[in-house]
Amino acid sequence: MQRFLALVHARNMEFVRDRGNLLWNLLFPIFLVFGFSFAFSGGENELFRVGIYGDQGSRLSFLEEPYVKTVNYEKLSLALNKVSHHQIDMVINFETNEYFINESSTNGSVAERIFLASEESTDFEHRFLSGKPIRYVDWFVPGAIGANMMFSCIFGAGWIIVRYRRNGVLKRLKATPVHAFEFVAAQLASRLSLVLFVSAIVYAGTNLFLKFVMEGSYLNLLLITILAIVCMISLGLVFASRIKSEELAGGLMNIVIWPMMAFSGVFFSLEGAPVALQKASRIFPLTHYIEAGRAIMLDGARLADISTNLIALVGMSALFLLMSSLFFRWE
Amino acid sequence: MASILLVEDLTKRYKNVLAVDNISFEIEEGLCFGLLGPNGAGKTTTVEMMEGILKPSSGRTFFQGKPIGSHFYERVGIQFQSTALQDFITVEETLKLFSALYEIKRDMAEIVEICNLQDILKRDNRKLSGGQRQRLLLGLALVNDPVVVFLDEPTTGLDPQARRNFWALVEKIKGEGKTILLTTHYMEEAEILCEEVAIMDQGRIIARDAPKKLLSENFDGIFVRLPWSENLELPESLGENVSRGKDYIEIHSRDVDDTLHHLIHNGMHLDGLSIHSPNLEDLFLKLTGSSLRS
Repeated sequence: MQRFLALVHARNMEFVRDRGNLLWNLLFPIFLVFGFSFAFSGGENELFRVGIYGDQGSRLSFLEEPYVKTVNYEKLSLALNKVSHHQIDMVINFETNEYFINESSTNGSVAERIFLASEESTDFEHRFLSGKPIRYVDWFVPGAIGANMMFSCIFGAGWIIVRYRRNGVLKRLKATPVHAFEFVAAQLASRLSLVLFVSAIVYAGTNLFLKFVMEGSYLNLLLITILAIVCMISLGLVFASRIKSEELAGGLMNIVIWPMMAFSGVFFSLEGAPVALQKASRIFPLTHYIEAGRAIMLDGARLADISTNLIALVGMSALFLLMSSLFFRWE
Repeated sequence: MASILLVEDLTKRYKNVLAVDNISFEIEEGLCFGLLGPNGAGKTTTVEMMEGILKPSSGRTFFQGKPIGSHFYERVGIQFQSTALQDFITVEETLKLFSALYEIKRDMAEIVEICNLQDILKRDNRKLSGGQRQRLLLGLALVNDPVVVFLDEPTTGLDPQARRNFWALVEKIKGEGKTILLTTHYMEEAEILCEEVAIMDQGRIIARDAPKKLLSENFDGIFVRLPWSENLELPESLGENVSRGKDYIEIHSRDVDDTLHHLIHNGMHLDGLSIHSPNLEDLFLKLTGSSLRS
């Protein structure tokens, strides 16, 4: 335990005293949150987003309008939740021939008028929902923090170990009684504490100004955040287990990082994306974190509601840790 | 004295290169043992196999009579030829970090004193000079109060003053009765510090004994050296006792008075003449036919 704590402390000191790196880790996600908040705060989206539930039968002419984008939902409750939070403008339930709009949504009201101008609308009854609007920034913040966590975990843990291997730090530690497991566990613990600390600072700092929607439990958010950090550090450790070249390690890490950035729903929802892409994105830890984080923050999801994400993150962490411990070489 | 380290038929082969070729030797407890040879002779490969860092292709190393096992690193201290330290932590923190890695710990103040680290304790590792860095690395090799200290070319790259300061530190450690395995390509260093040396060349040990004994067995005189010039004409009577260096000629003499008298008698100018006793570098030259630093 003494060895473990000493290694954690040394790595933490190295991180905290590297001012440039520390500032970058803090400022990057803050810039990201404020930047995207600003970029997407002005004006409404030109498209009307309409949720579809049930078999449509013959296609409604309203849904063929070029300014209407449709999203199919398998669960009505999820679609209604989106309307409540102003994330989509309308839901049409073809099972019961009802449509739902949020009574406080301007976009919803306009979408309804266009819909009512069509002849098919007479077959549908309207229903009103209420709920606070979800701003883009509320939706975006789990993605921004998750993306920063991903960079910090994969590069921070993985790349650093590759550097230690290349410059001989690992070789020196090998010539001590330290076991590989102790070293790897210490790196994981150090990075976990640092990334968690930075993420908390970023969340609290931006929340002071932007007042994010938080419908769920902070404890649940903390739990999913810890699991995601462990999972992504473990992924970084897989790369770090025996590569000696920083360039090669950086290249391989980028192969994983950039698809995750693009297809985990950091910036935009994958709801309208092809089903194959949506399914493929499930292999990314970041997807599970962002999905669960948004569910907790925006929908007040409990642990049972995000159990799939929790299980996925735990399973992936176990797999990555097993791989990294099997492959690990000091040199 | 009992041997504390025993190397038995150690071999290391890298694809088509035979780095270490079936060597065996033992090191007695309390001695400073020098492993000498030019760059590429196989010294570092040998010592890293003895340290358990490199896996030998064949052969074994015994520590205190047993194959090296998990307890080995608790009892030995190692200073590698080149080691990076974690950035942004101080000398004092680095010593504490390494001390925490061992069950047996030596008092930090003693290490600081032995290695003269008092003035740099609060200094960031990144800001250490070459000599300071080597002193810290030696300190790290001592934090567990080891019975054997491995020093792999510890003074390579240091200026002459820093090198001599480092020798003084090694003498202090020797004074504590610790066994030291020193690899070096500085013959002077080995002659000053080591009670016993093994000279390596092309992966083999070509000579092994106490430095003085090796020299007395291989040489029975001294060397008279003269600067080389185009006009230099040596008396033919000197015959096979003359060898040619890069910018000098060297006469192997069994009687200095007689040799000098002979040179003067033949009308030679003795400007720039120097006389030196045979050293390990001369021995290496004699044994291999090539210079140590070539």
